[in-house]
Amino acid sequence: MSTVTASPRRASLVGFFADGLREVTRGHLRYHVWMAVLTLVMLAGAYAYSIQLREGLAVTGMHDHVSWGLYISCFTFLVGMAAAAVILVMPTYVLHDQDFKSAVLFGEGLAVASLVTAIGFVVVDLGSPERLWHLAPVIGIFNWPRSMLAWDILVLNGYLVLNLSIPFYILYCHYRGREPNPRYYVPAVFLSILWAVSVHLVTAFLYAGLPARPYWNTALLGPRFLATAFAAGPALMILSLAVIRRNTAYAVAEATIQKLALIATVAAQVGLVMLVSELFTEFYRSTHHSESAEYLYRGLEGRYDLVPWSWASVALVLLAAVMLSVHRVRRTPPALYVACALLFVGVLIEKSIGTIIPGFVPEPWGKIPRYVPTWVELTVCAGLWALGAFVFTVLAKAAIPIELAHLAAPPAEADAAAPTREPGGVTSSA
Amino acid sequence: MTLKGLLPVIQPLAEPRGGGCACGGAGACENESGLDRVRHLAAATAAPETLDPDGDPHRSGFRQLLEREVDRRTAIGMIGTGLLAGFGLFQTACNPLASAESRERAVLGWQEYFQGNFRLMTDQEKADTVHRLERLHELRTGRHIEVSATGARPGVLYGYAFNISKCRGYMDCIRGCVKENNQDRRTGIEYIRIHEMKKGQMDFGHAEDDFFHEVPAAGHFYVGTQCFHCQNPPCVDVCPVKATWMEPDGIVVVDYNWCIGCRYCIAACPYDARRFNWSDPVVPLDEVNPDQHYLGNRLRKRGVVEKCTFCIQRSREGRNPACVEACPTGARVFGNLLDPDSEIRWVLANKKVFRLKEDLGTEPKFWYYMD
Repeated sequence: MSTVTASPRRASLVGFFADGLREVTRGHLRYHVWMAVLTLVMLAGAYAYSIQLREGLAVTGMHDHVSWGLYISCFTFLVGMAAAAVILVMPTYVLHDQDFKSAVLFGEGLAVASLVTAIGFVVVDLGSPERLWHLAPVIGIFNWPRSMLAWDILVLNGYLVLNLSIPFYILYCHYRGREPNPRYYVPAVFLSILWAVSVHLVTAFLYAGLPARPYWNTALLGPRFLATAFAAGPALMILSLAVIRRNTAYAVAEATIQKLALIATVAAQVGLVMLVSELFTEFYRSTHHSESAEYLYRGLEGRYDLVPWSWASVALVLLAAVMLSVHRVRRTPPALYVACALLFVGVLIEKSIGTIIPGFVPEPWGKIPRYVPTWVELTVCAGLWALGAFVFTVLAKAAIPIELAHLAAPPAEADAAAPTREPGGVTSSA
Repeated sequence: MTLKGLLPVIQPLAEPRGGGCACGGAGACENESGLDRVRHLAAATAAPETLDPDGDPHRSGFRQLLEREVDRRTAIGMIGTGLLAGFGLFQTACNPLASAESRERAVLGWQEYFQGNFRLMTDQEKADTVHRLERLHELRTGRHIEVSATGARPGVLYGYAFNISKCRGYMDCIRGCVKENNQDRRTGIEYIRIHEMKKGQMDFGHAEDDFFHEVPAAGHFYVGTQCFHCQNPPCVDVCPVKATWMEPDGIVVVDYNWCIGCRYCIAACPYDARRFNWSDPVVPLDEVNPDQHYLGNRLRKRGVVEKCTFCIQRSREGRNPACVEACPTGARVFGNLLDPDSEIRWVLANKKVFRLKEDLGTEPKFWYYMD
């Protein structure tokens, strides 16, 4: 890659976005194939959503007794992914951990992609999306602070703004050839750390605050959400960094990957301890309140819909935790990647199938409703996941050349007064 | 044609206070043509605010319009009206053959889209809103309905009691409820569930609520559930847009025009009281109950939540809900909890009553008792 020369008259901000846009629209054949596939899946999702808009939510598998399905399940999982970005933010900015610095921009990119997708899942779940303006400030009505959903909308959008602005500031400074000023971004970073924990806790409180659903109405729900998110998030980060390391000139230190792996390991272990506590209380002396867990893990009244999924999830997380706990396995890249993939899939199943749906089973008067997602629902989900991957790819593709100092504003524009930045400066660990 | 088509939309904006209609936009005048009605409704929104009589006479009318102070709701109304006018222009330009009626429908439809939350409306806005619903129904179907916006009467708190000894599972209450409340016939939305239980236990999990056999079945008894109109309703707390609330007379209602369809309230209800319109609700025209209430049995749209309202359109007129009236065994008692002489108070004072899932602290206003 050669340094891009921009017209000197172009304003920096415009140049920043124009150069970024140029960067994301070119690349190897493999990059174009990847983006084309994502685009196709997104188009398929948009088509399925158009059917849902025309016919109503009746085209999904949801009904009055399982009134939230795959959409809200995916939403919950993705909020966890977004919260996990804090794991990268905290040591980098606060403790000045050199190892993490090279990965942190991608962590925040992952948070942005997860949030965009999570908000997308809430929107497709709405019965009357054309009335979204009822939530808007000034013209709408916001049931804050009573409704946890109102809280959730606030924290998710605030977190999105934070995670867009911090990397934007840093990348833009690097683009201009300057070092970012910690006085501007460190307070924002502290705020985003608190915010990241609150994002996933508030999402857990959304469910835990409903005495009508005993399966969710537990104090452990929030901590368990955090533990599993901090396991699956770094696992996904390790896999993404492996792909970036293989396909670009961007150097990711092995020490960074190892620290992430350690976090994923500890979080997976803590998550398993919480799972055991939950299973113990549910099954040692089963009550009416245990029926959802019974349905999930043992089958209820001859219905075993979710039993294979829940045990597959437990087995995957357990296997991954054991693999990661062995130092030699964790330090050998191919085995590490396998363990991360197992961990990610295990948590994904637990959150997407084993958290929201069993909360509705049995329904309030004890019947066992059936929920099977339709193809429309599955296609919309696939489209939104593709959107998330697309957003992450675009952000990473634009960030890498800036961080490598291949993409920078022309020298005339660089602020002479500011301290200049060495090409491939501190962020490059090569 | 084009210019003429614009007139009904533009005129009210230019007309002084009160619009072209002598009744002052209150929506009470009879024998209007379709065009007059558009003018009338647009005037009700826009005209009373159009010109400030105390304004500086040297400023142009346009500047006066721009510089005067308005509150939030008026501003929304004005933005809405502006959009209506724009939409009217657009529609007329694109479709010169459109009839006055279809234009009126479009304009009323946009007004409906931009209407605010019912609870925050003034009495005038409420009257306009229900008037618009009636007119829209007339334009769509050619039939007349009466939509009421009657508020709660002071000194009234409704309660309900269900006699387990008397119910025999006939389900006339369900049929009466569906008919009265214009519920979707295609997916069969029902507010009431009758649970058939084996004698000797009170176990909802093993009860049957979907039975097709002769009733009462030997060795069984029957318990009905519906919305319990909790005095501490969890469904109201969780709504992110305050589209559902408890009225002063204790009825928990939904503004079907404000609900965004997130279904959080369904997840929050421990009694399975709420229903969602998963597809376009269908009620055959001949079966539509024309006596409606804005917060009750008026026709719903797709994508919103609905529920039992103790037949608000009947109870606020001093009548019993349809389920009470339909029940052939006298198992259902409804009345004013604040009236010491009411039947419900007699039941609460003289029978051993209980409520379901009391441990959740929702304080249902729905009691069960036995003879």
